[in-house]
Formats: sequence, structure tokens, C-alpha cells
Amino acid sequence: MFKSALLLSTAIVAAFPAMAHERRDGGKLLLTGGVSSVDGAAGGGLASWALIAGDETEDGRGGSAHATYVALPDFDLTSAGVAAGFSNRVEISYAYQRFDTRKAGAALGLGRGFTFGQHVIGAKLRLAGDAVWDQDRLMPQVAVGVQYHIAEKAPVLRAVGARESESADFYIAATKILLAQGMVVNGTVRFTNANQFGLLGFGGDRHRGRSAQFEGSAGKLLAANLLAGVEYRTKPDNLGFAQEDDSYDLFVAWAFHRHASLTAAYVDLGDIATVKRQRGLFLSLQGSL
Amino acid sequence: MSFVPIILLLMTQAATPPGEQPVAPYPHHNANAGATPFADARMWQAFHESAGVGRIVDDLVATNIADPRISDIFKGQDMVRLRRTLKEQFCYLLNGGCDYSGRAMAAAHADMGIQDADMAALVENLQAAMRREHVSFAAQNRLLAKLAPMRRTIVKQRDLDRRRPGG
Ligand code: HEM
Repeated sequence: MFKSALLLSTAIVAAFPAMAHERRDGGKLLLTGGVSSVDGAAGGGLASWALIAGDETEDGRGGSAHATYVALPDFDLTSAGVAAGFSNRVEISYAYQRFDTRKAGAALGLGRGFTFGQHVIGAKLRLAGDAVWDQDRLMPQVAVGVQYHIAEKAPVLRAVGARESESADFYIAATKILLAQGMVVNGTVRFTNANQFGLLGFGGDRHRGRSAQFEGSAGKLLAANLLAGVEYRTKPDNLGFAQEDDSYDLFVAWAFHRHASLTAAYVDLGDIATVKRQRGLFLSLQGSL
Repeated sequence: MSFVPIILLLMTQAATPPGEQPVAPYPHHNANAGATPFADARMWQAFHESAGVGRIVDDLVATNIADPRISDIFKGQDMVRLRRTLKEQFCYLLNGGCDYSGRAMAAAHADMGIQDADMAALVENLQAAMRREHVSFAAQNRLLAKLAPMRRTIVKQRDLDRRRPGG
């Protein structure tokens, strides 16, 4: 018993060599913990990146909280969530998303102001590389993650053709800061069967299972606390009743304080549930420690 | 075998510059600077040549020793030597025509227990010093990209105490 505990603690110390040093929270360089994506994971606005949330380094713990509002012509999407980072290695996140159909709800036969919602519980593990310090190597920071979605209004989701109201996304993300060029680039492959991020359930009458989708982001550092860029995120098209489009955004992320940042974006989510051209303003406020 | 070359080597190193404390002998080499210089002259100009680099290093060292996050690490160290060798290192890397006469990064930072957060603090202080010197953001980032990989030989550098018990 004692021996196995000793073995275990030795194994843990070996896995986290930082533990031999003083534990200490905070200390990450500005913006290198990313901002909060709509799914709650550290990333850009739409994409999950390989960066780990929070201000901590390999020696500590950190966390972030966000509130996001996306104003579209016919819908509103709000998201709020928290994320915790451990030793710049592991990230745990939670987000709640709410999708208000406003007037369009009546036209869709759901009733005016009908809202969809979902919980997203995420975990991310940094596998290799360092996006920030390894400037002499092309090797990006690579992380894998899982996001478990629990969507509300299951009967309605089934009625529109979704197969499930809960499902997991799996993704692998690679992020690199190209400091000499002042650039940040990210590529993510996500295995998902989510309809409209999961708000319309998972799988559909057209396709049931997961497919590989891509999230790409590229940003330019305009100052140490200011990043502007573009993001593109492809999505499956599982439901027969409405075509689902890819989404993109043009964003500016501004760390106006060591512990707070604001992301503003022009976002195009395409057609949603037969309602055309949902383009609008994305605003996200984040605090981090 | 003759001891003359060794004695000569020790003699050249014994000439401690004024105001500095002597250090244990070490092999001199530009490779100690920890990175290769930029090929063109533009970076040296972007940093306003020796006057600019001088101001940046003086500012950086002054900021570091006043910064509660990292000031302890600098206590009791030779700041006269640090300023001189840092100026040489920056001048060498920025292709300003200097040689670097200091120690290798691993040797200079061993056993200090420097952590990621200290490295980030120093980078922030350097960014502030470069901003105050009005170095363009693009040129700042090109220098930082050269310095960033040195994290591997600076943070938690403990090569020299690996053989110590409990080290
Ligand atoms: C890219 C980052 C860094 C560079 C380029 C750098 C460069 C240098 C140089 C050139 C020296 C003098 C070597 C010599 O005396 O021969 C030195 C010494 C020193 N550095 Fe750094 N350094 C870096 C990061 C740090 C950090 C993060 C700390 C701690 C917060 C630190 C603390 C010191 C101290 C205390 C000395 C004096 C050592 C002594 O006199 O024995 N350095 N550094």
C-alpha cells in the first residue's frame, strides 16, 4: 500500500518535473493563453486552439471566464463559460450556449422566442511543442481534446431530424506563433456530428456519424496586446430540412488589461435552419488569472 | 604536455574589466551568445546602433532589478558585467560587429531556479525597454524570436548540479 503510493507519487513527480520547483500561478505572456472560443476551450472565437487557458505556466494553475454575445439578423447566440488550466498542460472547460430564435422561431413553427441551448464540457491535453518559446523550430504546439455536448430540447431536435441530443467532438489542434513574422496560425481537425455547433443536436437524417471538419485561423500581432485575424470553420451538413454552411469571422482580440481581453469580430455563420445569411457582430469579454 | 597555453589562457582571462568581479575561467566563443547573428544591417539600425542598444540594456537591467517578480534573482550578482556582456550579446546578434565575450547561456543561468514566469517577466521588461527606445514592433519581434529558444538553456537549468545529491 505505502509502496504503491510512493511509486505513484514518484511517477507523478516524474511526469511533472516542474513539481520539484516552487509552484506558482500566473506568469504567462500576454495573449498566449488564447481567448475563449464559443465552445469554451482556449482558442480564437470559433476555433479551438492548442493553447491552454489561463495565465499559468508549467509551474502553476490558471483559469479564465468568458461571456460571448453574437448578434445575428434573425437570431442571438450567447455563451458563457469557464476554463481551468493546469501546468500549461491540461485544460478543463465548461460553456453554456443559448440560441434565441426571436421572431424567426414563429416562422419555423417553434414559437416566437424559442431558445435552443447546450452544455459543452471540454478537456484538452497539450501533447508536444511550445507555440511561444520554440521559435527556432517549425514544430507547433499540438493538443488533443474532447468536447462533450449535452443539448436541450431533445424532442424538438429529434423532430427536425437529429439522431441524438448528446455527443462528443474529438479534435487535434496545432498552434504556432511565428514571432519573427508577428503571426499566429492554427489548424484544427475536429471529428464531429454536431448540427450548428450542437445546438440542433447530433447526426441527422442525411448523415449520422462523425466526419472530419477543419478549423483554420491566422492572425497578425499588431502590438503585444493586439491580434487581428481571420478564422474559418467547416461544419457537417447532416440535416435534410436545412442546409448547413461553413462559418468564418474576422476578429480583433485586445488584451486591454493583463487579466482581461475583449474580442470583437464580424462573423458569418451562413444559413441557419433555412433562415438565410446570418452575419453579424461577435463580442466576447474574457477575464483570466 | 606543456602548461604554457593554459597559463596564457588564464592570464588573458585574469584581466577583469574595471568595476567587475572576476569570474572562473571559461572558453570564449561567439557561440556562447546562444544564437546566430542576423545577416543584414537593418536590425542594427532598427535598434539605433550602439547608443540604442546601450540604452535598452541599461533600461532592461534597471527594470529587472526593480521588478518584484524577479529582482531576487539578480541580488548579489555582478550588474556591471551583466550590462557589458548583454550589450555585447545584443550587438553580436543584431550584426553590429561585436564579439560576445560572456559565458554560454546554460553556464550563466545554471542553478538559479529560473522559471517560465521569470522568463516571461524578463521578456516583458525587454519589450518595454525596446518600446521606450522606439524600436519598431516588427524589429522587436525579430529579436525576441532569436532569444525565445534560449528558454531551453535558461529555465530550470540544472546541468551543473545534476551530480549533487538531492539536486
Ligand atoms: C533570453 C533571455 C536571456 C538572455 C539573452 C540573458 C543573457 C544573459 C547574459 C549575456 C548574461 C551574462 C553572462 C556572463 O556573465 O558571462 C546573463 C547573466 C545573468 N542572467 Fe540572464 N539572460 C536571459 C534570461 C534571464 C532571466 C529570465 C533571468 C532571471 C530572471 C536572468 C538572470 C541573470 C542573472 C542573475 C545573471 C548574472 C549571472 C552571474 O553574474 O553569475 N537571465 N544573462
